[in-house]
Amino acid sequence: MEKQEGRDAAAVRTDDPWYDALASGWGELDGTGTPTTPVAPAPVAATEHEPRAAEIYLEVQRSAAFQEVRSRYRRFVVPATLAFLAWYLAYVVAATTAPELMARPVAGAVNVAMVAGLGQFLSTFLLTWAYSRHARLHRDRDALDLRWSVFDRTRAQEQHRTREHDRTREQHGPPERRETQHRHTARAGERR
Amino acid sequence: MSGDHQTLALLLFSAFVAVTLGITTWVGRDRHGSAEEFYTGGRLFSPMENGFAIAGDYMSAASFLGISGLIALFGYDGMLYSVGFLVAWLVVLLLVAELVRNCGRFTLADVVAARMRERPVRIAAGTSSVAVSVLYLVAQMVGAGSLVALLLGGTSEAARSWTVIGVGALMVVYVTLGGMRATTWIQIVKAVLLMAGTVALTVFVLLRFHGDFNALLTTAAERSGHGKEFLSPGLAYGGGWTARFDFISLGLALVLGTAGLPHILSRFYTVPTARAARRSVVWSIGLIGGFYLMTIVLGFGAAAVVGTDEVRASSAAGNTAVPLLALDLGGGAGSTGGTVLFAVVAAVAFATILAVVAGITLASSASVAHDLYASLKRPRRAGKPHARSHATPHPKPSAKSRAKPRGEVAVARFAAAGIGAVAIALGLLARDLNVAFLVGLAFAVAASANLPVLLYSLFWRNFTTRGAVWSVYGGLVPAVLLVVFSPVVSGSPGAMFPGVDFHVFPLQNPGLVSIPLGFLAGWIGTVLSREPADEAKHAESEVRSLTGAGAV
Repeated sequence: MEKQEGRDAAAVRTDDPWYDALASGWGELDGTGTPTTPVAPAPVAATEHEPRAAEIYLEVQRSAAFQEVRSRYRRFVVPATLAFLAWYLAYVVAATTAPELMARPVAGAVNVAMVAGLGQFLSTFLLTWAYSRHARLHRDRDALDLRWSVFDRTRAQEQHRTREHDRTREQHGPPERRETQHRHTARAGERR
Repeated sequence: MSGDHQTLALLLFSAFVAVTLGITTWVGRDRHGSAEEFYTGGRLFSPMENGFAIAGDYMSAASFLGISGLIALFGYDGMLYSVGFLVAWLVVLLLVAELVRNCGRFTLADVVAARMRERPVRIAAGTSSVAVSVLYLVAQMVGAGSLVALLLGGTSEAARSWTVIGVGALMVVYVTLGGMRATTWIQIVKAVLLMAGTVALTVFVLLRFHGDFNALLTTAAERSGHGKEFLSPGLAYGGGWTARFDFISLGLALVLGTAGLPHILSRFYTVPTARAARRSVVWSIGLIGGFYLMTIVLGFGAAAVVGTDEVRASSAAGNTAVPLLALDLGGGAGSTGGTVLFAVVAAVAFATILAVVAGITLASSASVAHDLYASLKRPRRAGKPHARSHATPHPKPSAKSRAKPRGEVAVARFAAAGIGAVAIALGLLARDLNVAFLVGLAFAVAASANLPVLLYSLFWRNFTTRGAVWSVYGGLVPAVLLVVFSPVVSGSPGAMFPGVDFHVFPLQNPGLVSIPLGFLAGWIGTVLSREPADEAKHAESEVRSLTGAGAV
């Protein structure tokens, strides 16, 4: 059913994909019954000629909250990557340089090489579990908060600009209300 | 072999084609023709759906036919593929999936171009993506050819060629009609079929040996004619130092290549958020891990049940080990069980090839249309329309902005046909090489050309445009050249052109040399840049990649 919703939403989209985000069916449940994060509007991304938008990102990047999210991510990912790459390379190199060691029997026909190979499978599964648990518990919430803070700032900036725009040409009624509502429901869903 | 299993297999396969074509038309019935829809299916797949689709995209004919075949021929050395193909997913999960989902729109080049001068970076990344895709496609085509040769009994040259052409034509139909939505559903259907078929065969193998894995290994070792050596490393890559370095080179390419495969990267754009991208990778690691564990059983099972010599007699590269195993497990040639099982396996393998081919074709056509065409055609437009930052949240789309994605999708459809034609031609040339081995080459090129630029632009503050361009070409050119001048192409009995000899590079897999070169070139290019890295753009790209702010 969320597909249907998405398709309807797509119907009102403009054809510039950066704009699609505004109209996509956010906040609904995705197929597995988890609320999906609503998609912040894309205007943010166009910073080449928007010094103020770029400032927002620089500010956020320097904020303590972002630094914390980044260092949590890196503190997990860097050692984990080094560890599994080292373990994998050791496995490959050992197979070619120490075949006698690898051929040593462990139990019946199963030898060290076989155990090491299956160990690679096991370590991959374990690390996958550990990483997704770490991300879920220690990163997702803060990252989402940051996402909203960027959203809020760009929104405020945009409203400000819209107002100035309207002052000169009075034909645009700002249709933000609908979106703000969307945003709040979506936010409530995510925080549940 | 009798004609029964051929007829049955053809019937089953036709059913698969009919069902998938049905899906293609059904999901494409009210398509809007937007680029968003064509490349990402509207970004509304669930993590589980996408996880199955990723697994479907990844578990190619190379895995199902090639790896089991290599294990049946060389025993333990074939296992490296299984391990490498799986461990590679940790690179994707930890370093790539979420960040790419947050930063990009359709392709690998989007992620890099967000920080850099757009045009040169897009052209470079687009070129390398297409190169990787074409190499990968060739492997699938070869798989299709060797499968049909077995299916239709004799090794009729014409039949093989026509199959390769037919597969190519069908996949072009899928991609052009259905875009990402249809391709994804085909992957999901295929992943379910492939897992079911593999589980069934594994259970049959284990039943044959009464659940005794030890007995399976012992019998495999006995019937391989190599004894205990069959179960320990060194049979395929145990020769001199060249063979050892080849093994390490392959191992490196396998583990680093996955994260640079364009058709895998483009799958992360089909889910709404980075969190969903992560969860789809977790799903796919579960599926893929289980699958590769089973291919190990199937490979040793083929050696134990069919016998290494018989596998080699059927296909020198080992690509037909699993279908032969199925025939034997069902009761042997001529029996009903054997016929049915063989037909099922052949149809599943064929479906696998078709689905993977569709996925790669879609991804590479996206690179052609979104990166290459968009940059070369409109050099001054710099891709991203400035209009999107304007004040009104819902501007009326101008005629120009409406025309752009439509034109791009049309180009993508043509590109799909063109890439299909190139892959068919190369597939006919390369048909005697092992499928898993060919995929190893594609992985080496992906790891050399795509991975360095991706990791640098996600993690290195000072990375510049020049560094990006250099790292792509600095990995791509050596990788391709080393393949051309390797024993794979000339100068060995099993080469593409066995008649001539212009090989100067001793290794079959270029990864050991070209992957470090790609990283090195990116570093040198950055150090030698005249312009410093854009701090604001780096901030934007870092904040976006880790938080999802501003993501589409």
